[in-house]
Amino acid sequence: MKVEEIVKGLLSGNRRALARAITYVENEYPESKEIMKQIFPKTGKAHVVGLTGFPGVGKSTLVSKLTEEFRRRGKKVGIIAIDPGSPFTGGALLGDRLRLDGMDSRKALWTDPGIFFRSMSSRGRAGGLAAKTGDVVRLLDAFGFDVILVETVGAGQSEVDIIEVADTSVVVMMPETGDEIQVNKAGILEIGDIYVVNKADLGGAEKVERWLKYMLSLDEEGVQMLSQMTHADEAKVASGEFFERRKGWSPPVIKTVADRGEGIKELADAIEEHFEYMKRTGLIEKRRRERVKKELFEIVMNEVIKLVKEKSNYKEQIMRLLKGETDPYTAAEQIVEEVIHNADKR
Amino acid sequence: MMNINEKRREWEEKCLKPWLQKAGQREEKFETLSGIEIKTVYDPADIQHIDFIRDIGYPGEFPYTRGVYPNMYRGRLWTMRQFSGFGTAEDTNRRWKMLLEEGETGLSTAFDFPTLMGIDSDDPLADGEVGKVGVAVDTLRDFEILFDGIPLDQVSTSFTINPPAGIILAMYVAIAEKQGVPKEKIRGTIQNDMLKEFHAQNTLVLPPEPSLKIIVDIFEWGIEHVPKFNLISISGYHIREAGSTAVQELAFTIADGMAYVEAAIERGIDIDRLAPQLSFFFNSHNDFFEEIAKFRAARRMWAKIMRDEYGAKNPRSWWLKFHTQTAGCSLTAQQPLNNIVRTTIQALAAVLGGTQSLHTNSFDEAWALPSEEAVRVALRTQQIIAYESGIPNVVDPLAGSYYVEWLTDKMEKLAWKYIEDIRKMGDGSMLRGVLRGIENGFFVREISDAAARYQREVEEGRRIVVGVNKFTIEEELKIPILKVDPEVQRRQIERLRKVKAERDNEAVKEALEWLRSAAENDENVMPPIMEAVKCYATIGEIMGVLKEVYGTYKKPIII
Amino acid sequence: MEKKIRVLVAKVGLDGHDRGAKVLARFLRDSGFEVIYTGLHRTPQEVAMAAVDEDVDVVGISLHSGAHLALVPKVINYIREYGGNPDEMLILVGGVIPTDDIVELKKMGVDEVFIPGTPISEIVEFIKKKLPEKRMKNEG
Repeated sequence: MKVEEIVKGLLSGNRRALARAITYVENEYPESKEIMKQIFPKTGKAHVVGLTGFPGVGKSTLVSKLTEEFRRRGKKVGIIAIDPGSPFTGGALLGDRLRLDGMDSRKALWTDPGIFFRSMSSRGRAGGLAAKTGDVVRLLDAFGFDVILVETVGAGQSEVDIIEVADTSVVVMMPETGDEIQVNKAGILEIGDIYVVNKADLGGAEKVERWLKYMLSLDEEGVQMLSQMTHADEAKVASGEFFERRKGWSPPVIKTVADRGEGIKELADAIEEHFEYMKRTGLIEKRRRERVKKELFEIVMNEVIKLVKEKSNYKEQIMRLLKGETDPYTAAEQIVEEVIHNADKR
Repeated sequence: MMNINEKRREWEEKCLKPWLQKAGQREEKFETLSGIEIKTVYDPADIQHIDFIRDIGYPGEFPYTRGVYPNMYRGRLWTMRQFSGFGTAEDTNRRWKMLLEEGETGLSTAFDFPTLMGIDSDDPLADGEVGKVGVAVDTLRDFEILFDGIPLDQVSTSFTINPPAGIILAMYVAIAEKQGVPKEKIRGTIQNDMLKEFHAQNTLVLPPEPSLKIIVDIFEWGIEHVPKFNLISISGYHIREAGSTAVQELAFTIADGMAYVEAAIERGIDIDRLAPQLSFFFNSHNDFFEEIAKFRAARRMWAKIMRDEYGAKNPRSWWLKFHTQTAGCSLTAQQPLNNIVRTTIQALAAVLGGTQSLHTNSFDEAWALPSEEAVRVALRTQQIIAYESGIPNVVDPLAGSYYVEWLTDKMEKLAWKYIEDIRKMGDGSMLRGVLRGIENGFFVREISDAAARYQREVEEGRRIVVGVNKFTIEEELKIPILKVDPEVQRRQIERLRKVKAERDNEAVKEALEWLRSAAENDENVMPPIMEAVKCYATIGEIMGVLKEVYGTYKKPIII
Repeated sequence: MEKKIRVLVAKVGLDGHDRGAKVLARFLRDSGFEVIYTGLHRTPQEVAMAAVDEDVDVVGISLHSGAHLALVPKVINYIREYGGNPDEMLILVGGVIPTDDIVELKKMGVDEVFIPGTPISEIVEFIKKKLPEKRMKNEG
């Protein structure tokens, strides 16, 4: 499909054009840049919600139920589900598309024209995942979805990534029955605007709920102490981002039993409230500015690295480094000069 | 024993080792299909931990390792019960009469997918599936035709049906009434085993807890009304077909059995009244001795569980009676006549394992529903084993074999390990453990991993499937296959329409209301189902009420 | 970056046998494909919608219920209805399919039918070879 066809189709509600655009962007086809350039002006309306949590907490079911609820509220929903790909074979089992309540449910989520579900493999590119997802989110945004749910498997890096992409981030947890709360690591507390304890009918739900509420109410000093004890991502804390997120917004802790649809309304309410809050306080612009800046730098960096690879003799420099004929700083300076020099010639 | 161990070591050193050095062996190591490593040869030392009286004993006596009846096939042969059904009730009635004439001694019903899933032939989701893999049944009218000319006091009928099992049982009872046969006399089985559906077979409609509740309703009602009827066939067949090993098949089936018993006990049902109406259903696969060991281990385990764990007092409660079907998943589409040989070996294993009834697959069953000719050969296979081979004339002839007793014991131990793991998942309760395992995907994952492992072995040529990855020929895959008349769907829908037009729709409405109220108030659903069935309510209508009350279930995707 | 081949492994209709589909999904993943498995009991509309929205290269329908002649053409037609182009993708069917029906299915637009016993490596090779072939033919 040609770029004009895709862009025109996407902007006029053609699902196949949207699906094709996502494929191009995901795979960095040459056309993708042009597509993104053209649709960019049409973005910015959708509410982007990121959901993360360890495998097994029930994110997929939660996403399905939330989708139903938002549909009930008249919203159109786009969903991106990101699964890890195999680092060895590059293949991926992208799993668990929308769950129906049984075979002949009248809900028909899969064929509802107001719902679009796309599975994506993270293909072991934890770092660059944000940019790619961001682009796909923009495509869905331009298409006209009101709410875009981004579901990732939270096992470390991805959690941080969805923050880059989302306006509202939802962290999903599960009850724990042990003596220690297992999950107080990996910066869980820093990244959530809303916390969910799913499978709340199981024992240990109250415990996690209480722990979360307590942790989220700590002040700066408390958090410093905590992060020293648990080795949480100190950069995030030090940057003050943790408290930025909490200024004026107290992250709610919501119990759900997604399988039974319990707590879903409350969760949808909280998500909408957060969006209102961000719009009201101008926080949404601030976050989007941060996000766009990060993305811009990421893209610029990619361009620069491409230039370095194409327009410099970095390989030679590496050889010289190995032989001890130069040092990394001198080599870097020379590479930069060469790139600038050659770039002028373009 | 000392001498034997010495002798063995001597043999290994002086006889086997040099031989191996000269002649080698076909594999590096040998394993059963389940992955149990097996030695070159077994001797008394391998079974010295096995006590004859405690562990083997005599048939008809605890622990029933050798058989549930004292003289087994010398008294009565196993029931030759060929699973069959297709098209409309007339088509199936005709096939049944033919099978009975050919010497089959019990009926076994295959239903089509819409019926299995509890929807009617005129439901849009049924389109293209009516009458294809079994008989289409929508109302009692179909049963009347199905059993036309078949006296219920002279045959026993097995029904492979799960979510709508109660409805089918009610229909059978209604037919008995019409024929003037007292329901206390009717014999047969409803499969009615939802737990294995969640593990493997996937005929899923209601969620696990309500499904279990209805099964216990059927137990409660059944022990009062149909005391000679098996109210459940606790199945391992499907678990095996989904790709599990023999050990998993054994363990998960026994675990499910325990879960059902616990559920019944929770309801307050007298275990000694229920247990004689429980039956089991196993697969018979290719690894000959492993299958025989599996059947023997199953009997021994169940006897111990019922007597020692659940305190059943009636010896009949300790009997594990089972039906066997030869392994469908072992049939090949390539060189289909080979399947006759496979089925024979598997049937032999079942007979040597002491099965109560047996279905042998037809050689063309990999392609489509079996043709008359193929079904006849399958039946003859059983008859030749029964009448010509001499095998049924001595009970449990393999008992005492060093290998078979060792393997029986080994499989029992491996199965117990699984059972303990499941029990731990349930904090001490098998019922909770099995339900938890369904919820967290334990069973599905185990089975899926085993299936993937098997496939890898076949793909890499480490496991030979004759005609498929070895000894292949250029063949035009053409066998006389039985095709289902496409008119079947139309005829069935027409019949359904007629029944709905001619019945007392008020009575149906009332019966369904009664059912809804019973379901909502946690009462036994069998009496209202019985009523609804007699008014010619459809399966879809009855299941529809249950779905509305209990919700429908979607299985999480675990690959 | 090399585009991964995206395969939709689908179970249509009431058939509950998923052993083959699941094993296939695993092996395809191990062969480097991106696999989306639909789970059981999907309608033709749902499979078609997924095929279009996920922009898959291959649709693999697994059926053991005998309903293939009714259900498979529906999937193909719905793909078209939802804006997809079946000529751009490989449509494959797997299961217990009689020879006569294989001919029928191919006439309906199915690229290949794989009966039980087919090595999965054969399916993988078929996809790798035929997909670019079919695409070139479609463009030409």
